[in-house]
Amino acid sequence: MKPWRGTLRTMNVPENVASTNGFAIRADRVSRHYKMGDALIRAVDQISLEVRAGEFLALLGASGSGKSTLLNLIAGLDRPSSGAILAQGRDLAGMSSEELASHRNQTIGIVFQSFQLLPRMTLEENVELPLRLAEVPRGERPERVSEALNRVGLGARVKHRPPELSGGEQQRAAIARALVNRPMILLADEPTGNLDTKTGEEIMSLIAAIHRPPSGAGRTIIMVTHERALAERFADRIVTLSDGAISREERLR
Amino acid sequence: MKVRDLTELAARNLREAVLRNSLTTLGIAVGVASLVALLSLGVGLQQLVDRSVARAGLFDTISVRPRQNTPFGQPGGGGGRRTPQEGSNVQPPRALDDAARKEIAALPNVLEVNPEVRFTAEARLEPNSQLVLVSGMAQSSQSSGTLDGMTGNFFSGANAEEVIVQGDMAKRLLDDGKTPTTLLGQEITLRFAQRQALPPPSQQAPSDAPNQAVGPDEEAMGFSIVPSEKKFRVVGVLPASDFGGGPVGFNNAGLYLPLAVAEKLQVVQGADLRNVARTSTVVGQQYAALNVRASGPAAVAQIESSISHMGFAVFSLIDVTRNLRTFFAIFDLFLGIFGSLALAVASLGIINTLVMAILERRREIGVLKALGAANRDVRQLFFAEAGVMGLVGGVAGVLLGWGIGRIIQLGTMVYMKRQGLSSPNIWSVPWWLVLGAIGFAVLVSLVSGIYPASRAAQLDPVEALRYE
Repeated sequence: MKPWRGTLRTMNVPENVASTNGFAIRADRVSRHYKMGDALIRAVDQISLEVRAGEFLALLGASGSGKSTLLNLIAGLDRPSSGAILAQGRDLAGMSSEELASHRNQTIGIVFQSFQLLPRMTLEENVELPLRLAEVPRGERPERVSEALNRVGLGARVKHRPPELSGGEQQRAAIARALVNRPMILLADEPTGNLDTKTGEEIMSLIAAIHRPPSGAGRTIIMVTHERALAERFADRIVTLSDGAISREERLR
Repeated sequence: MKVRDLTELAARNLREAVLRNSLTTLGIAVGVASLVALLSLGVGLQQLVDRSVARAGLFDTISVRPRQNTPFGQPGGGGGRRTPQEGSNVQPPRALDDAARKEIAALPNVLEVNPEVRFTAEARLEPNSQLVLVSGMAQSSQSSGTLDGMTGNFFSGANAEEVIVQGDMAKRLLDDGKTPTTLLGQEITLRFAQRQALPPPSQQAPSDAPNQAVGPDEEAMGFSIVPSEKKFRVVGVLPASDFGGGPVGFNNAGLYLPLAVAEKLQVVQGADLRNVARTSTVVGQQYAALNVRASGPAAVAQIESSISHMGFAVFSLIDVTRNLRTFFAIFDLFLGIFGSLALAVASLGIINTLVMAILERRREIGVLKALGAANRDVRQLFFAEAGVMGLVGGVAGVLLGWGIGRIIQLGTMVYMKRQGLSSPNIWSVPWWLVLGAIGFAVLVSLVSGIYPASRAAQLDPVEALRYE
C-alpha cells in the first residue's frame, strides 16, 4: 500500500502555542524496520504526517499496526531507520542521545497504558522526577508538583504511593507527571487501556481539558488508542494505521 | 541531574534492597578492615623501629675516626666504616686533631662536633660496686629529644659534677627491691685510670715529686697511669633500654657525665696508647673519635662524603636505615596486596549487586529515560550507588580494622607482659591510612560500578518499558 502523505488543517488551535510554522510535529517518510532472524519487520514504513500545534490527533489501528512505534519515534524513545521527524522544528534523527533526553524531558510529556509510576515513591516524588532531571531549583519544585497534582484532582493524595491508589488515580498521577515540566506536546499511549469504561471516560475528559483548558494555553495531544468511539468523541483528527502505513485519515473538527 | 538529587535517589535505591546492599557493604567493610589491619601493623612496626633508632640518635650522627694503616699497607676500616675508594680523590690518612675538628665543624649542615670520651670505670655506691662504661654527654643531648622518659633532670651545667645513670645500671647498683629512681640525689664514686704527664728527661725529678695531669702539649713526653677517684651526684635516671640503643647514639653507656667534665678527667683511653707509640711528629690534642651531629638525616650522606675526603674513616647508620625503609616499603606493599585481596572479592559483590539491581529495576530505568534521563544520568545514578556503598563500607571497614588492631595490640601487651618484656606499641593507624582506605574503597566500588552502570545506561528505553 502506498503511504499516505498529506497535511491536516485543524481548527481551534490556540494562538499562543509556540511551534514552527504552526506545526508541532512533522514526520517525513519515516520508517522503522526491525530485523527478526532473516525477516525484515516494517513496523513503520514511509509515513509522512504533520500535526499542527494545539491539535488533538488520535492514532487508531489494530494491534501491531505500528501506532505505538510511531509514538515512540515521535517521543524520541526510538530512532527511525530512515526519514525525518521534526518536533518544534528540530530534527530528532539528528539529535544526540543527550538532546533526545532533553526533548523527552522538556518538549513532550508521555502517558503510558500501564501508568509506569515508580511504586516505592510517593505521588509527589513521582511527579518531582522530571523536575529533578531538568535540574529545576529545589525551591520551585513543591509548587510545581502541587500545581500539577491539583490540576488532576490529586492534591490531597500527595503522600500516597501508587499501590494505594485506584487505576484511574494512578493514570491521573501519570498525567500530572507528564505535565509538570509544562511540555507543549502530550503523547498518550492507550491511556485508557487498563481502565474500566467509566474511569476511561474520566481520563479522556481530563486529557480533553488539557487540550483545551478553560483558560491559558492548550497543548498538542497525540493519542494512540484502539477505541474508535473515544477517538471520535475527543480528537480533532483520526489517523488510522495499518501494516505500518497510514490507511485512512478523518477530519472531525 | 544535580549531585544532591543523584545522592538522594541513590540512597533511596539502596534502602529499597536493604538486606542485599547491607551484605554487599559489609563485604567492602571486611575488605577495608583487613587492609587497614595489615597496613596498620606494618606502619606500627616501622614506627617502632624508627623510634628506637631515632632515640639512639643514629639518624643524624656520624662517627669520625682516624683512618688506620693496616699491616698490609692498605687503608682499613672495620664494620660499616667508609674508606676511600681506590683511585678516588681522597686525602691520605691524617691525625684527628683540633685542626681537623675545626675543619669538620665548618662543614655545611654540621651542628656540632664533640669528642667521643668513653672509658671503663668502677662505680661504687656502698656497699655495691660495678664495672661500668662511662661516656661523656654533650649539652645538646638535652634538647635533642633523646632523653625521653628520663626521671630527674639534665646536668645543671657543662661543668657540673653530676651523673645520669642508665636504668639497667641503676638496678645493679642498688640493693634488690629498690626502684632505680631512689638513686636520684645520691653520690656515686667513680674509680678510673688517669693519665699523668711525665716530665722531660732532663727535668725528671726525684720519684717523690707530685705528678701533674697530662696537658695536650705534653703528650709527646709520654704519661704514667694512676688510679683516681671522683664523686658525682646522680641527677637523672634513664629508663631501661629496650633495643640496646642509647640516648646518645654511638655513646651508649651505663653512666653519662657532662662531656666537658669527662674530658677534664684525663682518663686513659685506648687511642692514647697508640698515640704514644707513634706521635713523635704530632703536636696538640688528638681524639680517638669525634661525634658529628648533622642538621638532619638528609645531610648525613654529604657530610660523610666530605669528611671521608679529608682522610678520615666515617660511620653512620644511614645506609642501614635506608635499607630498613626499603624493607618496610616492600613489607607494607605485600601487606597491602594481601589486604586488598579481600577488597577485590568485595568488589565482585558490588558488581553482582548492581547487575541484579539492573535486572530488578529495568522498567524503572526505562521510566527514567522516558521522563528525560540521559544515559549519563543513569550511569551516574549507578555510580553514585556504588560510591555510597564504597563510602559506607570504607568508613565501617576503618572502624572495624581499628577495632581489630586494638584487640591485637591488647593481646600483644598481655603476651609481652607474661614474657616479662616491655610492651611496645606495634599498632598505628595514621590519618593518611584512614583517608586512603576510605578513598580506596570508594575507588574500588566505582571501578566495580563501571560495567553495571554502562549496561544500565545503554538499556533501550522501549525494551525496558516493556519489561515485566
